[in-house]
Order: sequence, then structure tokens, then C-alpha cells
Amino acid sequence: MSRGGRLATVLGLFLVVVGLVVWAVASLLNPGVPGGVVNFTKTQAAGQPVQLTVQTVGSIGFGAHPTWVSYLVKDPTSGKWIHATSWELPAHTLVNMTIDQYDSGSPLRNQEWGQVLGTIGSTATLNGTSFSVYNSNTGNGVGHTFAIPTLNISVPLVGVSGNPCGAAPCHFNSPHNVETFSFKTPGAGSYNWQCFVPCALGYLFGNGGAMSTQNYMGGELEVVNS
Amino acid sequence: MSPESAIGSEENHFRRIVIIWVVLSVVLDLLFWFLVGPHVPPGRMTSTAKDNQFDFNVLMVIGLPVVIGVWEWLGYAAVKWNVKRKDMPESVGGPGAAGNKRTEVSWIVITTFVVLCLAVFGTIALYAGNGSGSGEGPNPILQPAGAVKAETAALAGTGSWSPNSNEVLPVQVIAQQWKFTYRYPTFGGFESPDLIVPDNTEIAFNVTSLDVIHSFWAYQLEVKADANPMQNNVAFTKTEQLGNFEVRCSELCGIWHGAMFNPGKVVSESAFMTWATTTESTNATNTANLAPFAWTYVPDANGAAGGYYPDGNVTPYSTVEIYGSKQPS
Amino acid sequence: MTTSVEAGVEAPEPPAFIDPRKGAGGWLSQHVGTAIVCGFLGYILGHWLGNYIGSAYPYIANSGQNSLTDFLALLFMVTGWLLGIGALNYPLAKIVGREAKGEVQYTGWTRYFRYNLDHKVVGIQYVVGVLLFFFTGGLLAMAIRTELLNPTVHVFSADTYIKIVSEHGTIMMMMASSVIVGPLGNYFVPLMIGARRMAFPRIEAFSLWTFIAGYFVIFSALAYGGFPTGWTGYAPLQTQAGPGMVSYLFGFAVISVGMMTAGFNLAVTIINYRAPGMTWSRVPVFVWSIIATAALLTLASPVLTAAGLFGLLDKVDQTAFYVTEHGGSSYLWENLFWFFGHPEVYIMALPGFGIVGEIIPVFCRKPLFAYRIAAAGMIGVALLSFFVWQHHLFQSGIDPDMRPLFMLTTELISIPTGFIFLVGMGTLYKAKIRYEVPMLFCMAVYFNFLIGGVSGVFLSDVPVNVTVHGGFFVLSHFHYTIMGGLIFAFFAGLYFWLPKMTGRTMNKKLGLWHFWTMFVFFNLTFFPMFVIGMLGQPRRVFTYAKNLQTLNDFSSIAAFCLGASFLIFVANLMWSQFIAPQKAPANPWDSLGLEWQTATPIPAYNFERIPVIMTDPYHYSEEGAPELADFGHDPPVHASSFTARTDPNQYE
Repeated sequence: MSRGGRLATVLGLFLVVVGLVVWAVASLLNPGVPGGVVNFTKTQAAGQPVQLTVQTVGSIGFGAHPTWVSYLVKDPTSGKWIHATSWELPAHTLVNMTIDQYDSGSPLRNQEWGQVLGTIGSTATLNGTSFSVYNSNTGNGVGHTFAIPTLNISVPLVGVSGNPCGAAPCHFNSPHNVETFSFKTPGAGSYNWQCFVPCALGYLFGNGGAMSTQNYMGGELEVVNS
Repeated sequence: MSPESAIGSEENHFRRIVIIWVVLSVVLDLLFWFLVGPHVPPGRMTSTAKDNQFDFNVLMVIGLPVVIGVWEWLGYAAVKWNVKRKDMPESVGGPGAAGNKRTEVSWIVITTFVVLCLAVFGTIALYAGNGSGSGEGPNPILQPAGAVKAETAALAGTGSWSPNSNEVLPVQVIAQQWKFTYRYPTFGGFESPDLIVPDNTEIAFNVTSLDVIHSFWAYQLEVKADANPMQNNVAFTKTEQLGNFEVRCSELCGIWHGAMFNPGKVVSESAFMTWATTTESTNATNTANLAPFAWTYVPDANGAAGGYYPDGNVTPYSTVEIYGSKQPS
Repeated sequence: MTTSVEAGVEAPEPPAFIDPRKGAGGWLSQHVGTAIVCGFLGYILGHWLGNYIGSAYPYIANSGQNSLTDFLALLFMVTGWLLGIGALNYPLAKIVGREAKGEVQYTGWTRYFRYNLDHKVVGIQYVVGVLLFFFTGGLLAMAIRTELLNPTVHVFSADTYIKIVSEHGTIMMMMASSVIVGPLGNYFVPLMIGARRMAFPRIEAFSLWTFIAGYFVIFSALAYGGFPTGWTGYAPLQTQAGPGMVSYLFGFAVISVGMMTAGFNLAVTIINYRAPGMTWSRVPVFVWSIIATAALLTLASPVLTAAGLFGLLDKVDQTAFYVTEHGGSSYLWENLFWFFGHPEVYIMALPGFGIVGEIIPVFCRKPLFAYRIAAAGMIGVALLSFFVWQHHLFQSGIDPDMRPLFMLTTELISIPTGFIFLVGMGTLYKAKIRYEVPMLFCMAVYFNFLIGGVSGVFLSDVPVNVTVHGGFFVLSHFHYTIMGGLIFAFFAGLYFWLPKMTGRTMNKKLGLWHFWTMFVFFNLTFFPMFVIGMLGQPRRVFTYAKNLQTLNDFSSIAAFCLGASFLIFVANLMWSQFIAPQKAPANPWDSLGLEWQTATPIPAYNFERIPVIMTDPYHYSEEGAPELADFGHDPPVHASSFTARTDPNQYE
């Protein structure tokens, strides 16, 4: 074989092997945010509060992990429920958050998260009634918390009886709790949010699976300067 | 080149290397000790930070000459003893070059001496520093005076702390995926996401976890203790400066490990007293919901259901007893 | 041998372990392709079986995670792979009581894709294997440094980043535990001790093909969604993790079986297959380093296999070895893992010391200084390495009484490590250094390993450990020892021995470019990490303090350049080995090593006749040096015979 032929062969083989490895690694580790980032900065005038509506569902019912518990968010433009837990928010702006909680609850592992922490007035409303502490050992317990740990924000989401809603998105007719609260976004940056209830069933301590995978029980707040 | 001159230059080489080494070592050691040393992270906020900074600097002063010596030797050989040099004599071969008993023995004696000194120094520093701010497990053997009394009282719920009392302040660090919270047993056992400690006080950090292994790293306080499920890992330090510090998790604990940090504050003793008593009363409702204070808590490991429970075996704090664990029926 | 042969009766042929056959062999004979097919079929079978069994258990059916399926699929995949490559032909025939035929050994180029029992073929196969591991791990390292370019803007999601970090660490550790022992140990140990083959050629090939299977198993972790624990796999995070964790546990078990068998084979070979006259005081230092490593491989790896099995049981069958709440202990994994893990890091250091000790005298034209000290240092390190593991647990809450003890043992290990420096510095003294690429890599090993070693003393000091444990300081420390030491030594060995292995010399100009870029950018990448660590950045974080961005960016850019430097190596490898091969002389470096005294290409049985060894191979520049060895042909090779050929002007 001539030198050119060997060059072509070796280079070709090399590219095939490297290409295979790179392709395999890259396709298994897709960069970027799973589920995409929902943009809340475009939809309202500067300085106006952001309306952020989310729901929790006991099992998502579709996708790669249909049995996993998850959050859904209402798209600010279309008003449809979408499966994305990373949200772009304007900096130093009030966020009015509404959470429709469709999942059942239990006593908290750490009762510290029975408190409403870090919201405006350190309170939230549960079906219209204001509260600042919820005892999860009573009633239906707490299903999830919405927490932004680095901002010390945490709100317990009180559980409903049983799991009446089988798959996402849950219909408004299905029994659920509505909680509202407000918080102010900090300066620009990336802040993760998560749930403090080990709600990923079937895993030891309940913190695997949905709790350990972005776009289910946690995501990022991408706070940007408007 | 004649053998005589070869021997002559050999002596010169060694002497030259040693002289350069001594000069470089002394200069760099002094520069390090006086210019860099006092600023070595994480600063001097606590007794352990100060002591461990001193330890680091001592090791550096010993380590620098070692590094300089070997690098200088490599560099000298690379420049002086290569075939590119025109006046390069034949390399020294023969049985004489295959070993030299005096060199070998002195090398072994010197390195062994240095290493043993380091081990003795480290041990003394560890004892003198009351454990140097590292996690000592449930039965610490190195602890400040009054620690046993304060910890025993804390568990019994009879603990007290007041400004200028020189009492040890027990603080419990509860790690969970993915945040630290803190309980103050001497103030009714309230729990808070804020870590605030008084100045000029011996603090006993009792670190435990509700799930996987974390590590409590109060960076400027120079405290590091792994948070293990069902184990109380105690570390001591004494605050000596007012200011802010950072707490981080330094053991990989899952997806949000990188975001598991929070700021903390060293405030004056009276300011701490005010904060603690205020928080105790504002948190009273929620404190009543918390599990009774214990060194470790047993979560229901089968998922979301169930809260955490205090360790069933609430024996008094002791330096010898190993804490058992029972989930109350 | 106890069997006596009757006079006049021809002695029976020894059972042929190699059945050489000319040609390449057909498509249907056993090779990598059949191994892949059988592995794939095994995977499907195991998957089906796991689902079949698992569906009967409500806790599995409800959880949406069936670790049994993942485990059985991988187990059957590896079994199928070994069956397909032909690793089980001989043992299976023996089990059913048939007289096993010798494995067919084709001589053509396809032998590199087959279950070959020639240690020289296995060595080359190992080179390709470790490079595959190395470049996959390196690609992941580039991804890590990309994410760390900015403290808050993320390229990867948090869970993906942890996956990348864990996969990088595990692949690199698996690679590093075999990177020298596998390719160069298997290839050169028989040549250096004057043996015609390995003691257990089948076990040798088995260790290679399990190593390759380990690559596929650990790679499958990514397909399973990765694992979040880093290479240390701490429980109970391990127990909580998703199906990718099964790949980690089983992958390490597979790799450790390969390590065990490879170490066992090397130890037996070195002890029993030395040529006449190859006394322990004449064994080359590289062989000393390999036998020390082999002891560690054989004794430490089983602990990892067992620990991994416990972990698999916890995941698959919900036992509680590592679950404190259910009666186990999270400390059990930490102790078992590091009881393996600390000997493991010396598995990754000793072969590097051996290579340096072997190569430096050749390019200094001087005897190795203090040969006995070198051998003692390696044995000393190997012995002490079993008594230091708890220094990884200084902050974990272990019995506080133990810490001064482990501080002492850890610091003691720097004494035998220091021996290696004495040997190198003594050899360099008044030497006649030839700046060839392997020599430069060896000097870089001393330069880098010194920083790694001295920073290790900081880590071993319990008070200072409070600052540096679990941060970027320790990360930098072990990259300096493993990459700065072992990987540099691996490249030294490769540049040094490839002319013997392939008969083709590496291009010197490209080699120099590779060396200088790798050396400079390695230090620029990892030195800032000491500072980053002291300034408080923990390991394995996707977000960090804003004031550390400059240092992290500096490190990242240097890391990209470091990554690029390996492309120069690949280009050199392809150019000088395949595209424009330069025929190498039989002994291009004028080495006295026994491995260079045989012909190139090396005959099938290494030496036409077993040589009788007369002295150690380090008598450079010695007038009237003794004969090196008697090869049974004229003229005998004199140890001093190369001094005359070393003309300084040759290297102007």
C-alpha cells in the first residue's frame, strides 16, 4: 500500500473509532437544560410581578420515567402545562407563585420544612387561608416542599388524600390544594430549587430517581438582569 | 580530561549545589514565612484556623527545601551533565557509580528523622488543638474543658449558655440532601437554616446526617466533619474573630452537592444571645413539631413515609460509650 | 519434572498451549466480532431473565427500577463476551472432561483481534485497550473543565455534571491500574527475565479480555443514566443511586478480577520463570516494580470485588451491608473501598518508578545508583501501602485514637518513596545525559511526582488535612502523582520500547512537541488547583465561588491545551508506526537490557535459546564489565560493549 493509502486507511479508522466514542459520549451526555428553560422575562412589563404557576403530580405518566413524581409549569404565553423545571426570571422582581398540589403527603423527615421560610411576610396561603407553620404529623401531611436552598426559601405543600390524579397534567376538577406565596428574586445568577420531601418512591431514603434527576423534583432559576 | 581534574570538579559540583540550595532555601523559606504565611487560607478566625495555619506554614518551611533541592539537582544535571556540552567528560561508570554506602545511609537516616519529626509534630498539634477542628466521631478524646458537661446537659435538655460564661456551646449540624440545618439544644432545641455562633466561645459541632454521607466544612472556622447517618461526629473550635464565613458540603452527596452551601456569621456574645432567644420564641410553634433533640435521628429509610425519630438509646453524653440506635416502636 | 523418560522412547510433546497456524482465520472463527455478538445476545438474555424474575416482586414492579435486570444483563453480557472471544473454550472442555485442544493461534494481523496467548500480542492489545480508556476519560475531563469555566452559567445540568465527573474518575482509575502493568508489564517481563513465555498464558489473555469487557460495562453506566458517587462510590449514596450504579459496582468487580489474575500471573512468572543466573540481585528494577505491584494487585483487588458484591446485593436484593438504618454501616464501604483503594494508588505509582529506574541509566550512560535501595523502596512501599488506608477517613468520625497512627504510617511511606528519588538523583550525578524523548519524560516524572509527594505530606497531617481534605488540593495532589507520575512514565516507556514492540521508531520531533506541550500544560492545569483548593473549593461541584473564576478559567484553558497535546501523540503514533514507518535498529538506545538483546521482530519464543544471565543490566561505562549473558551463540554480549559505541557527537 502506498503512503497515501496508508494515511487514508489509518486516518479513516482513527476517525471511525474516535467518532464512535465521541458520538456515544455526546449522545449520552446531552449538554444544556433538560426540558428547556421557560422564559418569564418577556411576558410582562419591567418591574411588574411575575405570575408563576406550577403543579405537582404523583406520577408523570409519560416520557422515560412514567412512574416518577414531578413538577409541571404553566407556560406564560400559551397557558399550557409543560414539563420543564428551569425558569428564566428577571432579577430583583416580585414573583407571585401559585402551586396546585395534586399529590398525597406524609409526615416530614425534617419538621424544619413545616415552616414557611423566606417568602414575603414568611407566610403562604393554603386554599386561601394564610399560614406560616404546618404540622405534618396531622392531617394528610406534607407532600412536597418548594425550596430554593441557597436563598433559604421553603414552603411546605400540604398533601391531598390519596392519589386521585393518575397522570400529568392533572385536571382542575381533581382534588388538590392551592398554595400561593410571593418572593423576590435576587441578583442575576443561577439558583437551584428542589423538594425536601424524599418523595422518590422505591429508592433508599427516597432521594434517588426523581429527586436526583433534573426536570422532575428540582431545577434551576436562571435569574437575569432585564 | 584527567581523572584528577574529574575528581576535583566532582567536589565542586556537589559543593556548588549545596551552597545554591542552602541560599535558595533560606531565602524562600523566610519569604514564605513572613510574606505569605500570615495570609494562608482560611485565615485566623478561630483557634483551629490559627493553629492549622501555623501547621501548614511549618510543613511548607520543611517542604520547600525538599522541593528546591530535588528540582535544583534535576536542573543542574540537565544543564551541566549532558552530551551536548563540549567539555563533557566520560560519565562516571564502574562499580563506584553503582552505589555509595555513606550517601545511602545518610539519605535514609535524614529522611527517616524528618518524617518522624513530622509525625510527632502533627500528633502534638492535633492534641494541642483539641482535635484541630476535625470530626472526632461520637466519643471524642480531644476536647476543651467543659465539653463533657455542656454536651451531657444539652442532651438532657438542661443545658444553658450565657454571654461571658466561658461555657461550651453545643450546636447540632443536621445534613440532608441538600442542605444543612442547625439545632441549638441549649435554646430549647430550635432548628434553623442559619448558622450563627458567638465570638470568643468554644463551639462543639455535633454533625449528623438524615440520609447519605455529607461533610460539614465551615471554611473560615476551619472545621470539617463528615455527616454520617446515625452517627454523631463531634468537632471543636473556638471563635476568635467576628465576621462572616462559608459552610460547604465537601463530600459528594448527589445532584445538588455543588449547591449545598450557606453563609454563617460569628457575632458578639450578646448579639448571639439576643438572636438565639428571639428565634427560640418565634420558632416555638415549629419546635414543638420537631423530633425531640437527640444526637442522631433515624429516618424511615423506605421513602417519603414517616418522619425522623430521635435515637432511642439516649444515654448521657460520655467519652467512652458508643451510642446504640433503636427506632422507637 | 518428576516423569522419567525411558531410554529409546521419544519424549512426549508437552501439551501444546499454542497451536500456531498460518493465516488470518475465517470470519466464523472466534474473534472480537463473535465476542460482540455473544455479548449482545447475553445482554438480551440477562435482561429478559431479570425482568422475568423481577416482575414477581411488588417492590420492584412498583419502583420502576429493577436492578436485578441491570445486573443480570451485564453479567450475561460479560459471560457472552468471554464465551465469544474463546476465553472459556479450554476451561469448559476441562469441566466436561474432554481433553482440551490447544487454542488456535493465527499468525496474521487478525491475531490482534483474537484470544491470543502470546504475551507480545497481549501487550499490544493492552496498549490499544488502555488508550481507549484514556481517551474516553480524557474527553470527559474536557467536559468537566468546560462546565467549570463559569461559576453560574451551566453547560450541563447538575445531574449530568455529576455523571461526567464520576465516569471520568472511574474510567481513569480503571485505566491507571493497568496502564503499565498491562501493556508493558505483560510484554516485557518475560523478555527481561529471559523467559520464553508467561507462566499462565490463558490467564494472561483472560485478564486482558476482562479488562476490555470492563470498559463496556463502565461505559454502559452512561447509557443507564450515570451514577452520582464519583469513583469512590460512597454508600449509602450508592444504594440510593439509579441503575448506572450497577454498572459501576459490576464494572469494578470485572476490572478487579482482571487485575487479580494479571497480578497473579505476573508474580508467578517472575518467581518461577527467571532464566538461569537471573538471581534476585540481577532482576531489572522494572521487574521489581512489577512484582511489588503484582502483590498489591493480587491481595488488594479481592477486597474490591467483595465490596462491590455487597453493594450489588444491597441494590439488587435490598440487603443492608452499607445501610446503617437497617443494621449495616456506611463505614463498611469506606473501609473496604480504601483498604483496596490505597494499595490501588500504589499500583498506580510503582510501575512508574520501575520504568524511570529502567530508563534513566540508559540515557545517563551510568549504572543505576543504589540498585538494592530501589528494590527495597518498592517492596517497602508495597508493604506499607496496606497500613495507611484510614488517612482517607480522617474527618469521617473514625476512632480518634487511630489518627496519629495512620498519620505516622502515611508519613513513613514517604521514606521508601524517597529511595526512588535517591536512586534517580544518584544516577543523574555526573551523568552523560542524552536528551531523547523517554529521558525527558522520566525527568518530568521526578519533577511532577515531587510535588505530588510533598503535597501528600500536607494531606497526611491531620490538622492541615482539615483544610485540604475533600477539596481541589487533594484533587491536584493525586493528579500530580497519577498523571504526573504514572502517565508520564507510561509515555516514557512507550517511546522507549515501541521500537522493540513494533520494530518502528517514534518520530523524535513530534515526540519532543508532545513532551513539552504535555509537561507545560499539565503543570499549568493542575498547579492552580492547589490554590483553588486552599481557597475553599470542594471537589465535584458544578458551581463555585465567583472569586475563583479566574483561577478556574486558567486551569480550564490549560486543560484544553493539555488535551490537545495528546493529539500530537496520536498523530506521531499513526505517522511513525503506520503511515511512514521508520525501521528501528534492534537496540536503538544502546541499552544493556536483556529485552534489547534479542532480534527485532522478536522471535515467537523470545529467545532462540534460554540465555544464561551473568550480571545485572546496568554496567554502563564500566571498563572490563562482566559478560551480560550467554545467549548460546557467538559472540557473547559484554556488558561493557556499548560504551564504545556511545559517541557524544552522535547526539549533537
